[in-house]
Amino acid sequence: MSAVHGANPLRDAADRRLPRIAGPSGLVIFGVTGDLSRKKLMPAVYDLANRGLLPPGFSLVGFARREWADEDFAQEVYEAVKQHARTPFREEVWQQLIQGMRFVQGDFDDDTAFEQLKSTIEELDKAQGTGGNFAFYLSVPPKFFPLVVQQLKKHGLADQKDGSWRRAVIEKPFGHDLVSAKELNEVVHEVFPPDAVFRIDHYLGKETVQNILALRFANTLFEPIWNRSYVDHVQITMAEDIGIGGRAGYYDGIGAARDVIQNHLLQLLALTAMEEPASFDADALAAEKTKVLGAVKLPKDLGESTVRGQYAAGWQGGAKAVGYLQEDGIDPQSKTDTYAAVKLEIDNRRWAGVPFYLRTGKRLGRRVTEIAVVFQRAPHSPFDHTATEELGRNAIVIRVQPDEGVTVRFGSKVPGTQMEIRDVSMDFAYGESFTESSPEAYERLILDVLLGDSNLFPRVEEVELSWKILDPIEQFWDTHGKPAQYQSGTWGPVEADEMLARDGRSWRRP
Amino acid sequence: MKTDLTDTTSSKINKALVLGRRAIGTPAVGMVLTLVIVTDEENAYDALKAANEASREHPSRTLVVIKRVSRSPRDRAKARLDAEVRLGADASTGETVVLRLYGEVVDHAQSVVLPLLLPDAPVVVWWPVNAPSDPANDPLGALAQRRVTDTYSAEQPIQELTARADAYTPGDTDLSWTRITPWRSMLAAALDQVVCEVTSAEVEGEEFNPSVELLAMWLADRLKVPVRRSKSAGPGLTSVRMETSSGPIVLDRPDGSLATLSIQGQPDRGVALKRRDTAELIAEELRRLDPDDTYATALRFGLERLDEEAATTAPETVVETVVEAEVEAVVETVPAAKPAAKKAPAKKAAK
Repeated sequence: MSAVHGANPLRDAADRRLPRIAGPSGLVIFGVTGDLSRKKLMPAVYDLANRGLLPPGFSLVGFARREWADEDFAQEVYEAVKQHARTPFREEVWQQLIQGMRFVQGDFDDDTAFEQLKSTIEELDKAQGTGGNFAFYLSVPPKFFPLVVQQLKKHGLADQKDGSWRRAVIEKPFGHDLVSAKELNEVVHEVFPPDAVFRIDHYLGKETVQNILALRFANTLFEPIWNRSYVDHVQITMAEDIGIGGRAGYYDGIGAARDVIQNHLLQLLALTAMEEPASFDADALAAEKTKVLGAVKLPKDLGESTVRGQYAAGWQGGAKAVGYLQEDGIDPQSKTDTYAAVKLEIDNRRWAGVPFYLRTGKRLGRRVTEIAVVFQRAPHSPFDHTATEELGRNAIVIRVQPDEGVTVRFGSKVPGTQMEIRDVSMDFAYGESFTESSPEAYERLILDVLLGDSNLFPRVEEVELSWKILDPIEQFWDTHGKPAQYQSGTWGPVEADEMLARDGRSWRRP
Repeated sequence: MKTDLTDTTSSKINKALVLGRRAIGTPAVGMVLTLVIVTDEENAYDALKAANEASREHPSRTLVVIKRVSRSPRDRAKARLDAEVRLGADASTGETVVLRLYGEVVDHAQSVVLPLLLPDAPVVVWWPVNAPSDPANDPLGALAQRRVTDTYSAEQPIQELTARADAYTPGDTDLSWTRITPWRSMLAAALDQVVCEVTSAEVEGEEFNPSVELLAMWLADRLKVPVRRSKSAGPGLTSVRMETSSGPIVLDRPDGSLATLSIQGQPDRGVALKRRDTAELIAEELRRLDPDDTYATALRFGLERLDEEAATTAPETVVETVVEAEVEAVVETVPAAKPAAKKAPAKKAAK
């Protein structure tokens, strides 16, 4: 691919208008009738096409049990696109896409279906010129991963031939502990080489998350104070206002920590805490992230420094909400956590002694994800105590979603004859300074898969290190006590507040 | 929210902006650039509409400078500035000030605009019509990092293109160039797919459309092969054909919306290649504010070299032909030529 690029006289690094267009390729989605596929993947494919980033002849193949013809599938995509696409619908873009749309009907253990998939791909190579380059998106429950990849191998669909590629895209969860994660990796890597496996953590595709790196390493303003000399502690929050909805079967037994902390929050922690990478390529980034995740240390007393909870009945935003144990399909004795807060430390020169508080939960006050870097108080204040009574700690808050942006909080004099200092915030909002519709995370990630650019995908080592951090906590929880109850619509159990109070700190209200 | 100010000054306008912002309750401003649109009354509405749409992607302070025509000596002697300050829902994202200049102040528009520029933020000047012959040395153009012209709207687009090439200063750009980005990216993608040697190319499009020339010059410059420009009824660009060592590559768009890409040995494929409206062009233009070197090289390639058979002519001889060809062109077109074209040979001689 790159050799061809080098030879292409129309490509020029200085020509910055020309977008990165993926080479000839196609995408096969397993589990195409699922929610993720309808709400995120199909619209993302359309949006990419609309922005002119897909190659001519790009093909989309759906694989599912449903008895559809190609036209039914196209109709389904059409509706998904109309409803969920970010960019306006254009007939000519649709005409371009529809030429490469195919549907293969079958179960995952159905050999004839996979043979048919194979012939579909061969047909597309001829009709659409996809050049044998296909990415297989496994939008299926993890228990089917082994079956699907084995089938791909059995039918020669995963064979990497010269001059073309085959890639696998998998979604979280990547196992439920270190052992299962390793098993899963073995299964996948037996069929696809490590560099052909793309693990989607859609948080990493978000503009705001990519902006963490820009904020830290493209500016001189923040990096000098981004260390233990100035930072008091860091809070990383991901809160949801919804309950488990219809996901009881998936959620029970997994819980908030495995569902969110293991991947999203630890990735955010890695990006916030890592050292400057030597370059912005995938290897250099992964090296730094691995280093910092490897340096994460669990506190000695897990009982004192972790909290888990379950939402109880209550009112959330004006609507009555049932408790977790009363949800359909949940065992009333379930010990699954819907809220988890942990305190971690990073044992390196930059961060020693600075706690990182991670929390996530369902049915909390509102839906928000943010990283707050809270600074120490000024070592000496020339103002007397009454003047600074209302002054909090300085903070830089990266708002990941919604209302993407960055807030800086600092003290300012209140106008008047007296000296009185109060917190004010300085705000940068994406929606205000840049396009109101930044690309969806999945657009970026699908394009990167087609381009073979693995910058924004966690690697095996990162996944395994994350489990190494979480496993002891889960084991501790399994043997000690049960989750604390918290009222729906609040900011979590009182135990979590007490956990920070013991350190003389408090949670930010996000 | 709209405020009308008659017979006013820049400082009063600034005051109206601050008051207006306070009144609608958004004192914080996240605007990333100042866009100055220099136009006449006739084109102001469309230009402003396009800019407002683009401002959704690039929140900006938009200053529309309308130079009014004075019809009597008395009017000409009098100077007056009227302004219309629009904020909030009336100005899409950001702020808009429509400035109407009467009389003498028309020649000193920069004195009105300078105090209204956002601090630190980059300045872009856009002339939807009647761009000055040397944008960088125009008093308004000199305030800007980026100067956007549109040769497509000129009376004689092709001569205008030559004038642009002569006056080119880093930061200049033209919407005719912006229009062909999708074509360029599709052609580049096509060459990604086949390993081959291009031997010649042909670009076909309507007459009086400088985009066709620009695309041809870009191809000629990058590929170092002879490129022919041929005419069709349009709309816009209709096709590009590249002869290569592994057969022809053709990108054909007869209807201005859905194109077909044909590569020998590969199936024909439909490609969405819709003609874009001005708002999208401006939005693309505002995305990058650094000088566009690729545009400069394509523009300076030289129109008269397009149909040349031998593309490998030594550079020195080429420069000479350029000058001669230009003088000829100017002589031929003197009656209708704009000052831009007249100025060209003198500038060349000075270099």
